[in-house]
Amino acid sequence: MASSYDYDDGSLESRYGRPPSAGHGGASMDLSYDPNFVPDSVKTFVVHLYRHIREKNVYEIHQMYEGSFQRLSDRMFRDNPWPSVEAIAPYVDNDHVFCLLYREMWFRHVYARLSPTGRQRVESWDNYCSLFGVVLHGVVNMQLPNQWLWDMVDEFVYQFQSYCQYRAKLKSKTEEELQLLQQYDQAWNVYGVLNYLQALVEKSAITEILEREKEGLEQFTATDGYDYEGGTSNVLKMLGYYSMIGLLRVHCLLGDYHTGLKCLAPIDISQQGVYNVVIGSQISTIYHYGFANLMLRRYAEAIREFNKILLYILKFKQYHQKSPQYDQILKKNEQMYALLAICLSLCPQINLVEENVNSQLRDKYNEKMTKMLRYDDEAYAVYDELFTYACPKFITPSAPVLEEPLTNYNQDAYRLQLKLFLYEVKQQQLLSGVRSFLKLYSTISIGKLAAYMEVDEPTLRTILMTYKHKMHAVDSDGNIIPNADLDFYISEDIVHVVESKPIKRYSDYFLRQVLKFEEMISELDRIKLD
Amino acid sequence: MGREQQQVSYTVEQLVSVNPYNPDILTDLENYVNEQFEPGRMSIPIVVQILIKALMAMPASDFSLCLFLIPEQVQMEEQFKTLIVLSHYLETARFGQFWDEAAKSRSILEVVPGFEQAIQAYAIHVLSLTYQKVPRPVLAEAINIEGLSLDKFMEHHVANSGWILEKSHGRSQLIVLPRNEFNHPELKKHTAEGVPFEHKK
Repeated sequence: MASSYDYDDGSLESRYGRPPSAGHGGASMDLSYDPNFVPDSVKTFVVHLYRHIREKNVYEIHQMYEGSFQRLSDRMFRDNPWPSVEAIAPYVDNDHVFCLLYREMWFRHVYARLSPTGRQRVESWDNYCSLFGVVLHGVVNMQLPNQWLWDMVDEFVYQFQSYCQYRAKLKSKTEEELQLLQQYDQAWNVYGVLNYLQALVEKSAITEILEREKEGLEQFTATDGYDYEGGTSNVLKMLGYYSMIGLLRVHCLLGDYHTGLKCLAPIDISQQGVYNVVIGSQISTIYHYGFANLMLRRYAEAIREFNKILLYILKFKQYHQKSPQYDQILKKNEQMYALLAICLSLCPQINLVEENVNSQLRDKYNEKMTKMLRYDDEAYAVYDELFTYACPKFITPSAPVLEEPLTNYNQDAYRLQLKLFLYEVKQQQLLSGVRSFLKLYSTISIGKLAAYMEVDEPTLRTILMTYKHKMHAVDSDGNIIPNADLDFYISEDIVHVVESKPIKRYSDYFLRQVLKFEEMISELDRIKLD
Repeated sequence: MGREQQQVSYTVEQLVSVNPYNPDILTDLENYVNEQFEPGRMSIPIVVQILIKALMAMPASDFSLCLFLIPEQVQMEEQFKTLIVLSHYLETARFGQFWDEAAKSRSILEVVPGFEQAIQAYAIHVLSLTYQKVPRPVLAEAINIEGLSLDKFMEHHVANSGWILEKSHGRSQLIVLPRNEFNHPELKKHTAEGVPFEHKK
């Protein structure tokens, strides 16, 4: 860690003066609250955390980060921010890097429990710039827990998203806030955000590390990214790794699904990987991966991955009950069931869904899924509702136009994505109808099927071709990948139906047994530890 | 931004690899990418060209990928509306309507050479997914070629793409399209097993 406390460019609080403007969540602030008062428990906390970081005691750092910080926040800082960084700095040798880390947590706490002011948002951006700057250009020799490093990237992207939403609500802004937007127009700029994430990926050489690992020349996954023996820092490497997931998310927020998936490509999500270690990272990865595939019409792929993660959450969520991320886990869980319901309504590959996941899905969405198959106005309303509930918080990245009349544009990006999604649904509106007829026949003439569908023959031919087109996606290498379980071909005027026969589901049986064994083994491990 | 534009002639690959998110290279990139982050800078004719090329890339979903990135108020432009309608016809395999509409918009589409051929290739792709034997009028409508030109077109594909022409029983001519796993689903490899053990990418 840098030993001198050199905080000239970071000390925004003293430069701008602190008290948050009223009406932005600061109203409830305790009048007797003194941001420079450091209670003993906080003193102990920073002193210990600082020492553990210096001693590279990852286990203790993790305990304090996940445990003590939350407990102290619950007990003492429900309605107020933690003590200012200036106030705690003397207890940690004014250490520059520690102060950056402390402020990162300080802002995260403000975002999570209070409501950040415009100024705090800008200050937090500055703090991330300084922090990532040190990691990218300085010499950092810390070992930090993966959980913390993941949270940094995750929070960085979250605050960017939050700023874009905040900035786009122009109508309710005060004069002072508008001025701030103008003055700090580079804060949370989309290029800046992408550049930091990209720089972390590149500087960490994480893609090369993953490549070399495939050839057996490097260990990364086996050690969860830590360096237990060499003692070199895991910070840049892991920030680079998690930045790939951060980039996927940012690109999804922008509606650029293709680029998003490309950013994630170095991580092979079909394998166990470091992204599995922290549940938040695993869920964020699969949620955005699945969503991007859904928007790219690769339904079967989305279904497969949603199924896997939902099964995982179903089995293991009980172990995360005490985690500060538990609410977030449950929320993403619900959202992914909604996305799974959408995927299965467009592409009824129910055989890809494990039975426990399926029964959860039926409990939650059976009625809605029946409606979605109908393709009337009510069906669209359900698609609309589920998409709106489960989609990422899309953003418009361009800076606001600060000219009268001021308008809110925070919904624009979401409305566009929704509209295009519903457009896709509309193009597929006749497919479930034709599918249900095809299921009843092994061969049927075009004329007869057209009569059932109440359309003329040329129209029926277009519907059948649409089915084929929509049920085949093109993957990133240009290969055609089939999505349908029910297939057919036409020879002249006769439709021949081929349904893949239900296969005895040994896989489910084995999977269940494997999971049971895994549970037993982890149970045994725990006993040994105690 | 607002800096003086330099006369540089890097390739897009170079530009992007040096600094993928630098707004200062936007002018250089303008011919290649859509300026998704700054709708004010979006050049309509260039985006139109990109969208036409995206239509030509079907069955890949480039066109909808582009629409996800173009702000809604920009999509309201007349030329974009036309292209969106054209894409809708292609997505729903209504080739007859597509060619009618395309004929009306020739001036927009002519900008990009090879447009017709690209759409014909897409139509043939969809037909090959669907048909083992396709009646001649269905093919004619899909690729918008008739009579002698169609005979020639088919001859070419008989020689080069494995098409076979067949007389049907007193009715229209039939074209036997090459076998593939989509029009012969029984050729499909057995990957249908539910929850996968191995996950092919």
